Amino acid sequence: MTAAHLPIQRPREARLLVVNDRGNFRHWPRSKFVDLLRRGDLVVANDAATLPASLAGEHVRAGSPIEVRLAARRSLASDGIRYCVAVVFGMGDFRMRTEDRPPPPAFRAGDQLTLGPLRATVEEILGHPRLVQLTFDASADKVWEGLARHGRPIQYSHVKTPLALWDVWTPIAGPPVAFESPSAGFALDWSTLASFKERGVQFATVTHAAGISSTGDPKLDALLPFDEPYRIPKATALAIGRARVRGGRIIAIGTTVVRALEHAAQPGGLVRAGASLATQRLGSASRLRVVDAILSGVHEPGTSHYELLRAFVDEAVLRSVDQELNARHYRTHEFGDSVFVERIQRGVQARIGSVQVSTASDWIGY
Amino acid sequence: MTTINPHEMNRSTQAGVRALIKERGDSMDDDPRGGFHGLRVAITGGSSGLGLALVQELLGRGAQVAFVARRREGVERVVRENAGVHGIVGDVSKKDDIHLIAMQILGVLGGLDVLINNASDLGPAPLALLADTECEDLERALATNVLGPFRLTKALLGALASSAREGRGAVVLNVSSDAAINSYPRWGAYGASKAALHHLSRIWNEELTSEGIPVLSLDPGDMDTPLHAIAVPDADPSQLKRPGTAARELADAIGKLLWFKNSARTMQETAR
Repeated sequence: MTAAHLPIQRPREARLLVVNDRGNFRHWPRSKFVDLLRRGDLVVANDAATLPASLAGEHVRAGSPIEVRLAARRSLASDGIRYCVAVVFGMGDFRMRTEDRPPPPAFRAGDQLTLGPLRATVEEILGHPRLVQLTFDASADKVWEGLARHGRPIQYSHVKTPLALWDVWTPIAGPPVAFESPSAGFALDWSTLASFKERGVQFATVTHAAGISSTGDPKLDALLPFDEPYRIPKATALAIGRARVRGGRIIAIGTTVVRALEHAAQPGGLVRAGASLATQRLGSASRLRVVDAILSGVHEPGTSHYELLRAFVDEAVLRSVDQELNARHYRTHEFGDSVFVERIQRGVQARIGSVQVSTASDWIGY
Repeated sequence: MTTINPHEMNRSTQAGVRALIKERGDSMDDDPRGGFHGLRVAITGGSSGLGLALVQELLGRGAQVAFVARRREGVERVVRENAGVHGIVGDVSKKDDIHLIAMQILGVLGGLDVLINNASDLGPAPLALLADTECEDLERALATNVLGPFRLTKALLGALASSAREGRGAVVLNVSSDAAINSYPRWGAYGASKAALHHLSRIWNEELTSEGIPVLSLDPGDMDTPLHAIAVPDADPSQLKRPGTAARELADAIGKLLWFKNSARTMQETAR
């Protein structure tokens, strides 16, 4: 796998590795994602817009430069932006690998930070020298203006040019509550949404404040994902109920949608509408109650996004998928290729080492 | 343009709205004023003229309002004088400002139900024959009157579509002009840019109907505003429409659409 280093949301040649509910796979052009859907399916995406959550500034007491990356919040409310969990780096910027970034000066509760036009107070150090709870010392309107003028999208060294907000907003972006892009949604343009309608595929959204995906520090990365607030509109909960009744699948666009829907799961594969805080971690031990399939980016083993795929398929399938992604040079990260993974049928053992006989001749067994 | 009777234009605006509502099967019997409570509205060019009148009209109807204007002093004055309004400093003619404006709108309001693209640039001031119009003046009129509304609507479309899906209703209103239709000498830059915006609105309306987002293009008529004073310095203000009157008519037009949408939804839910 190689890192996608250009900020193009929908490259024409984007690929999709499709893993069906028997653990077999095939390669598909991502632009033809809609062909994988069936009448009655419901596609659910995250409509969160991405904040310019990287703020260069200074630790006032130490007099030294820092980069603050806002990483999580407790609520989706407009003034919730005043209270953020942040990961702080010492000198440098996104061009340096996060693993190589020096730590910030030691924090004490009450420390002041100047971040361009904004001032913030360190309320608490959250069990790690880089992780702090911040309060911005301004009204919510002033914080929004300060972020607009001074913030940059959080960015990693695999993309060389500075990202603009339009690079990291999905076409369906709405409330600016995500700290990093819910990038699986890059695949959805308005023409794709129109083709859903033509084919009797329903579409709905949740708003989920996707947090930071990587800090470069193994101890911190082990804590990811942080708790993330989300909201499920009543219309989306109803659409899930209707899809269940007609036997359609619930297809999540991205890991954040899975986290929100499964956190709100009710008996019978329904979800509870409203706002809440997703605190759970999804992995091999999780039993999915709502989501039947996921469209996701290509993630490297060890990341929390990758771990979440274990809730859909078992270890053996995932290993084969990895081999296939590597052999075919799939591109990783937010602007890379994608995978479409159906939840493996209960009781079905993936037939490792044998060729799957399938009506569709292009399914690859292994 | 000055030869047009403002009252006549007022009637034509109303006729346009009536035709639009009729198309959608509304009876127009109910008072639309109540439909704005809690609605999230963004208005560009909100520190003077029609924009300011719209800010005040919609605040008065109970909407949550954010407005955009270029100059900080103007934004701060309107915020001081109108309790509860959110002011955003930005220039819709600048590509680099658009997402920053969109983020602040969505940040302070938490989403968006109604977008009013009102900010307008006259082109050359004083008005000029096309042959005397500097290219830069035409470019600025196109940037403010066409590209700005296009970019801002595009950046806010996700939020508007979510609002429509949730049954809150969503509307885009692009403020047009009779100069978008009629070819008035000396109104070349403004007229051509408003014609482009009008046609953009009509196509967008076709494309977004399926998303539940009607796009309106309405002519408010000749009003007593700073823009009109620059265009026609010798006009008698007493002969011009009050911006507040136009704001009320435009708000009514939006209200009718939302009212119709909501009542259609209620009927649908009752039938289900």
